[in-house]
This record gives sequence, structure tokens and C-alpha cells, in this order.
Amino acid sequence: MRQDHLISATQLSREDVEATLDRAREVAADPGALRDSHDGAVLALCFFEPSTRTKMSFESAAKRLGAETIDMGSVESSSVKKGESLADTVRVIEGYADAIVLRHPSEGAATLASEFVDVPVINAGDGAGQHPSQTLLDLHTIRENHGLDDLTVGIMGDLKYGRTVHSLATALTEFDARQHFISPESLKLPRSVRFDLHEAGAQVREHTELEAVLPELDVLYVTRIQRERFPDENEYRKVAGQYRIDAETLEAADDDLTVMHPLPRVDEIAPDVDETDHARYFEQAHNGVPVRMALLDELLSRAGGDEE
Amino acid sequence: MSEHELRVSKIRNGTVIDHVNGGQALNVLAILGIDGSEGFGVSIGMNVPSDRLGRKDIVKVEDRELSQSEVDVLSLIAPEATINIVREFEVVEKNRVERPEEVSGVLSCPNRNCITNADEPVESRFAVVPDGVRCGYCDEILREDLADYIDV
Repeated sequence: MRQDHLISATQLSREDVEATLDRAREVAADPGALRDSHDGAVLALCFFEPSTRTKMSFESAAKRLGAETIDMGSVESSSVKKGESLADTVRVIEGYADAIVLRHPSEGAATLASEFVDVPVINAGDGAGQHPSQTLLDLHTIRENHGLDDLTVGIMGDLKYGRTVHSLATALTEFDARQHFISPESLKLPRSVRFDLHEAGAQVREHTELEAVLPELDVLYVTRIQRERFPDENEYRKVAGQYRIDAETLEAADDDLTVMHPLPRVDEIAPDVDETDHARYFEQAHNGVPVRMALLDELLSRAGGDEE
Repeated sequence: MSEHELRVSKIRNGTVIDHVNGGQALNVLAILGIDGSEGFGVSIGMNVPSDRLGRKDIVKVEDRELSQSEVDVLSLIAPEATINIVREFEVVEKNRVERPEEVSGVLSCPNRNCITNADEPVESRFAVVPDGVRCGYCDEILREDLADYIDV
């Protein structure tokens, strides 16, 4: 990547993605490849929202690189609770760490943070905005299973608020991918993502049902529809029920279909799918470590001034 | 009528912003940050008949010459506006507004969950895109009702 921060998938070119994923592939094949290569570096984990996978996989990646992590802790126990601005928080933390991993409930938080600090900022989720490091591991998973060309990808669930969806859809425009978006009317892609897809000349189709498009798909990326997006429980149940898959649903799919999910899932993928060859979501979650090792290696090397 | 208008409104030195879309004159002043406290003479004509616009607003600011970058932001709400710089009662310069690439500190983001709407020490920043503007922080695209989000 040419940039010093990773804020949005819109900044990722095909070349950038492939370079990072080549590195991730090397690391996955030889876990010792980058071991202790960033001995003494310190990574700050600033999570203003709860996280399990993202935070732990960044932590694991940092430790495998020999770096230490420092953790802001929960918002309740931090100075944010006293009303400190994000701009101040990151300016303070900049002095403690060589890079900052930031998750925040407001869209644009990572962009703002990057304007106030000189150390690399990695956006680990900004509200309903972007989650580009998740996209790198999603692309790695797709690449290892299908390659990244001549792909047909279905993205289903909450496309309006799903930040992993926004980042993935944008990043896929760099590749030869046809994208199908499957969601209820009320949770279709937001205007900003449509704009980027349109500008990129992406091949995009929108559907309210999975059935018709399922047999064409190489990848089905399922996301969770959250209860709080609906005014009442009945409406939620009715809608969420239509976007749930099980082993029977997948009988209509191609044998090589890869089912992905950024996790956590609630009940949108039935447990019987886990037993099928389609299920790749745990592999996807595990890919978080080699991909984030490759990413941190790049950003820390550049920040340390030792880029070739 | 025109003689009467001329008599009350001709200014000696300053800027006349003409062909503003009808009803937008107060927003023009808001964007320019002129609220009367600066002491400039300001006169406004609203909903004046216009061949080009049907009805138009006119804003005259005495003793202040507005620069092109100051007025370009007006193109968002008054794309047809013309800017006349007046010296000693003569129009010495006449320009159209041009769409800027970016506007800062003028609009607030319509996305309530945008970080610029939290209490952070930053100015809003919007890129000008076809048919609208786009928040430089949260990417929200604003096309309609731009005037409702003027925050200056």
C-alpha cells in the first residue's frame, strides 16, 4: 500500500491486495516467516466498541511478529468516559505506540484519527462505515478457495449497515467479480457504496431472494441482520427468517460454493451447514492472523522507515 | 420599477451577487459568514422577477469584495449566481460561480452518526461530486436539501 494508514477499502488497489495476500500466504505456509521481525514494536488496541475476533487476531498477529500490544480497555474504564475527544485520545496514545488499531461506533472515526497522528492507523471498524482489514482476510479466503478472477459473489443480509459488506463490495471492484446483493428492501446498500460501485463500473445485481441466484454463485457471504435495525420484533423475525440458510438450502448450490460469514453468527447459518464442504467461515476467521501479520508487517516497516 | 430599484440598491463599492435561486439569499449570507455584525451595508432582494430563473434573489454587500474561492461554495445552492465586483458604482469584474472540488466548514453532515457530528475539533469537509457533495469523513452523499445542512 502506498498509504501509511488503512482506513477504507477504497484505497486498496488490486496490486496492494495481491502484495499483502502473497505475504499472508507465505506466513500461513511458514508460520516462522515473520516471527519476531518486529521485536520491540508496540501496537495500541483502541476499541471503543466490543470486539472478539478482530481484537484478538490483531493481538495474536502482533505477538507473533514479536510486537507488544497495549490495550485501552473498555470505554467505561477509560478517559473517554470523562468526555475526552477522539482527537485527544489518539494524540495521547500516539506517544505510547508504533501503530494504532481503532474501532469506533461513529463513521469517519478512523479518518479523523489519521489526521491527528503520525503513526499508522488501522480502521478496525467505524460504525456502519468500513472494515478494510476484514476485507483483506475475506479476500484471502476467497483467493485460497477460488482465486480472485472470474468470480460470482453473493453478499446477503444487512447490506445497509454492514461495514464488512461495504469494504468487501468496494474491494471486489478491483477484481473480475460479478456481485449479487441479496437483502430486504430496507437493508439495501447505502448510497455511498452504490456510488463507489457505479464509479468503478462494477457489475452489480440486487435481489430480495437468494433462491434464483444461488446456483450461479462461487461465494456466498452471509451477514447478520440485527434486531435493532427493525422497529418491532415481528417485522424483524419475518425478515430475518427469509435470509437464513441451512444444509437443505445449499442443495441447490454449486458443489464448489464457499459460504463465508464475518462472524459472530446468530442463526442466519444453521449449524448443519458447518458439516458441509461449503462452510469456510472458521477458516476465514483463522485467516485473520496471517493476513493481519502481513498487514502489520507492511505498516510497521514503513513507519519504521525500513521499507526497501 | 427598474429606476426605483436602481435608486435604492446601487452600491458604491463592494459585491453584488445576482441570479441567486429564489429564496436562497439568506443562505448565501450564511455561507459567506455575513450576519450583519461586521458592519458592512447589506441589501437583499428576494423573489425578484427574472427572465432566466423565473424569480431570483440578489445580495449586495457594500465595501467588501468577495474572492472567487469565497463565492464558489455558493454554487452548491445557487449554481446560476453571478458575482459583480463594484468600484465607484461601476461593475469592474463579473464572474460566474464555479463548482469547487471541496467545501470545508460550510455544511454539517446529514449522517447523525458521522464523527464530525460528535464533539471533535474538526471542520466538516465535503468533496463535490456529480449532483451533490460527499462527506470526507463518513462518505455520506448529500444531494437534496443542501441548504438545510448549512452550518456556518
